[in-house]
Amino acid sequence: MSMVDEPLYPIAVLIDELKNDDIQLRLNSIRRLSTIARALGEERTRKELIPFLSENNDDDDEVLLAMAEELGVFIPYVGGVEHANVLLPPLETLCIVEETCVRDKAVESLCRIGSQMRESDLVDHFIPLVKRLAAGEWFTARVSACGLFHIVYPSAPDMLKTELRSIYNQLCQDDMPMVRRSAASNLGKFAATVEYAHLKTDIISIFEDLTQDDQDSVRLLAVEGCAALGKLLEAQDCVQHILPVIVNFSQDKSWRVRYMVANQLYELCEAVGPEPTRTDLVPAYVRLLRDNEAEVRIAAAGKVTKFCRILNPELSIQNILPCVKELSSDSSQHVRSALASVIMGMAPVLGKDATIEQLLPIFLSLLKDEFPDVRLNIISKLDQVNQVIGIDLLSQSLLPAIVELAEDRHWRVRLAIIEYIPLLASQLGVGFFDDKLGSLCMQWLQDKVYSIRDAAANNLKRLAEEFGPDWAMQHIIPQTLEMINNPHYLYRMTILRAISLLAPVLGPDITCSKLLPVVVNASKDRVPNIKFNVAKVLQSLMPIVDQSTVEKMIRPCLVELSEDPDVDVRFFANQALQAIDQVMMTS
Amino acid sequence: MNGGDEVVAGPPQPLEWKFSQVFGERTAGEEIQEVDIISAIEFDKTGDHLATGDRGGRVVLFERTDTKDVGGSRRDLERIDHAVSRHPEFRYKTEFQSHEPEFDYLKSLEIEEKINKIRWCQTANSALFLLSTNDKTIKFWKVQEKKIKKISEMNVDPSKAVTNGTIASSSSSNSHRTCLANGGSPERSPNSLSIDFSFPPGGIPSLHLPVVNSHETSLVARCRRVYAHAHDYHINSISNNSDGETFISADDLRVNLWNLEISNQSFNIIDVKPANMEDLTEVITSAEFHPTHCNLLAYSSSKGCIRLIDLRQSALLDSHAKIYEEPEQPGSKSFFTEIIASISDIKFGRDGRYILSRDYMTLKLWDINMDSGPVATFQVHEYLRPKLCDLYENDSIFDKFECCLSGDGLRVATGSYSNLFRVFGCVPGSTEATTLEASKNPMRKQVQTPSRPSRSLSSITRVVRRGAEAPAVDANGNSFDSTMKLLHLAWHPSENSIACAAANSLYMYYA
Repeated sequence: MSMVDEPLYPIAVLIDELKNDDIQLRLNSIRRLSTIARALGEERTRKELIPFLSENNDDDDEVLLAMAEELGVFIPYVGGVEHANVLLPPLETLCIVEETCVRDKAVESLCRIGSQMRESDLVDHFIPLVKRLAAGEWFTARVSACGLFHIVYPSAPDMLKTELRSIYNQLCQDDMPMVRRSAASNLGKFAATVEYAHLKTDIISIFEDLTQDDQDSVRLLAVEGCAALGKLLEAQDCVQHILPVIVNFSQDKSWRVRYMVANQLYELCEAVGPEPTRTDLVPAYVRLLRDNEAEVRIAAAGKVTKFCRILNPELSIQNILPCVKELSSDSSQHVRSALASVIMGMAPVLGKDATIEQLLPIFLSLLKDEFPDVRLNIISKLDQVNQVIGIDLLSQSLLPAIVELAEDRHWRVRLAIIEYIPLLASQLGVGFFDDKLGSLCMQWLQDKVYSIRDAAANNLKRLAEEFGPDWAMQHIIPQTLEMINNPHYLYRMTILRAISLLAPVLGPDITCSKLLPVVVNASKDRVPNIKFNVAKVLQSLMPIVDQSTVEKMIRPCLVELSEDPDVDVRFFANQALQAIDQVMMTS
Repeated sequence: MNGGDEVVAGPPQPLEWKFSQVFGERTAGEEIQEVDIISAIEFDKTGDHLATGDRGGRVVLFERTDTKDVGGSRRDLERIDHAVSRHPEFRYKTEFQSHEPEFDYLKSLEIEEKINKIRWCQTANSALFLLSTNDKTIKFWKVQEKKIKKISEMNVDPSKAVTNGTIASSSSSNSHRTCLANGGSPERSPNSLSIDFSFPPGGIPSLHLPVVNSHETSLVARCRRVYAHAHDYHINSISNNSDGETFISADDLRVNLWNLEISNQSFNIIDVKPANMEDLTEVITSAEFHPTHCNLLAYSSSKGCIRLIDLRQSALLDSHAKIYEEPEQPGSKSFFTEIIASISDIKFGRDGRYILSRDYMTLKLWDINMDSGPVATFQVHEYLRPKLCDLYENDSIFDKFECCLSGDGLRVATGSYSNLFRVFGCVPGSTEATTLEASKNPMRKQVQTPSRPSRSLSSITRVVRRGAEAPAVDANGNSFDSTMKLLHLAWHPSENSIACAAANSLYMYYA
């Protein structure tokens, strides 16, 4: 046991705690490994710290994860890129551990280091590491190996390149599905580094094997490979090799694979290009839209708009629109909901006439859907249709839908529609709003559920922002202020909340003349909760009104509240008074 | 591996079972503690490990001792069938408390700690992984050897540090700050260390890393994940998928699919709950994944049928792919017919071609290519038929006996009362039907008269009905003991070795 100088004590403790019994302290030390490295100097970091870490890999997963992460940015502390290879051994052992997240992080760090290493070091140190992992006894090593090929391949001499390709091929045929999954999900990255001639032969044949794997989980990942490989291949090769795979996948026995195709559809279309999409993928997509499995239809329905954008309007109308019509009355509400969330975007794609003729009936039927999510999704995207055909054609159906949602028995539905009211107001215009929606906004202020009342108050503020103070004075302020006399104190509290939100929007004049008197009056309320909320509101109004009003109206009211029998009222009143004094001092 | 070839050579000779080992043997007069009663047994895929779970929520691991020295890489080991002449011998490895008794406050329900099922997962490095479940919660365990560290050559004398402050005793995450403060540089905030402190370019020579010596190792079990709150009813089965990343859990009415890495969500894939619980006629009793096809899943019901479903067909698999059911025999219906038809356990054979099922009276072997009826039926409890009334009254009729197949698929086994278990040869033409007692002398109650196969009337298929005449225990006037039930047993995956649980004792036999 030795003692260290006083100033070094903290760093000495930090080093000692690398091996403390308490995992939190070990974690703490590992997270500050760079500090330890700097204290030891570059040479001792290389010769002592890194070997120390390699040997002490028997730790808890949390510590190993942190170590894997720290080592990824450790090149400066070992003396720069020329010494980067000393970092490989500890990360190699971390690539073999059982916990997936540790391995993933170690692979990520290795990639980061490898991408900075000198080419000769890669060949001398990194490639042997990849080969060792790929030949690993346990599947964990082989899983990690798959994620490293793309780092070393470009630097490898031709002989080694051939070997690396054949090793990757073996990994794709490993006994363990975990290894094949890792190989499948890393194939795109590896393929991007492989020369085109080999890409067309070796990689494609590896890929084709993966697409026929027995394990659904491997084929699922191969679907993503389609998009990645397709982007690397020249158009004609892509049509020859990738397109048939996509078409096959879209008819796979497993619904999960078909779901994946539906989900990845846009990427797949991008990969094969517009022309093959029109000729070959349209039928595949139509099949997915009519799939037996609702999950597949949900994924497919969600891509309708994106897909139609790739096609021309004629093809969309001819092929896709009939399916969309069917989906709008699908037996699964989730399918209809997915459709409703994107269908409005089809309007700009199809143009005005087709929208009015074909889409409008679908919008209208979805607006009458029994499932609130479907209606909400339509309403939320209203602006997209408005740009194409204007709102008039929809407004007649819109109103009943909104009213019904506004009164839905599930408060979350009511909350959702309130969120869209400002959007609706801006799309529908002042006139329509005044006629139809104004009273709803007032009604929500007296909802049974707090969240709705709160959202309603906020909604008033956003409306005032949208239509301006004059409109607000006419259409919402009188009605709102009247509710301060509601016999239920919770509703009175909502009005106080609304006032505090509206005041900044309406400006000092209206605040002083209309809002403030109401608040001051409320300070005489018999319920303490109202009174201390008055104190809070007064404090929030203070910056809006001028100094004399503060002295004339706000301060006397607060002084009175500060002598209230209720302790909470006194507390908030005093807090507000202090705030006033503070403002006075600074100004 | 199963069936076909052996037919040519005739059925294999009946096995001569011998006692191998016993763990937790009861001494005469010793009373059994309820918590010690074994409630689950499972071999891992290699047969090198055995796990048992008990009613006290503990999991005990045993490891094979007779193959330990075999060299060669793991890949070789995966390939070779341990052709060791000696029979498997196990030793106690470790144990851990998997589940604790809990209380569900929302439902005012006590949750027992009893382990219902254990399943081994893919081994990685030297770490063992397993899933254990009680009625409600599944846990994923990692059991691993850890070095016992001895640290020397610290920078700071630990004994001094303790007197100085609270370094050693502190355990909170911010205690590091305390050390700093106590360590003589109170003016420095811990963050300033990395920013202000300028280290000389060559580092500080007086600092050194702690030296770690470790010679011994100890086994540590850590719970890696808890899969909870997904079951309204009691979990009866868990089963791993061949893809190595998913597993299912089944309760009375639902089957959920999980990813091993994700504990906060699962997908309901089977739901047999009727809209109105009064319409309930059937519950799920057991479920298992196909050993090699990732998309196939079999589950059994209280009505005595097995359904084989294909996960590829749909997300919610309410319609089954195939149903295996014995045609109802006219005229034989009684009050007990439905109760004794309930399947208590199903197991796939290792190649996935056959499914073994156990109901109260029989073991049945099904070929998944033939749904018209079982290929073989073995009478286990036929002698109890006159006693069904008594068994109903003391609830024994609801006992859930497990069943198992040998690794080569040539034999099947299941438990019975009086601590007996029975082994049948299931190759066509085999007459093997052995009754053994879970004791040091397993053949004590062996019936001497060779049993003859009695052909069933519908002998178009190779249907065999056997064993009805055994055991003679009852015929001899010895009353069977329905309190000594042997519910749980497991067959070694590659050798003729059976582990079975008699109350709190684990008996192992070989042949």
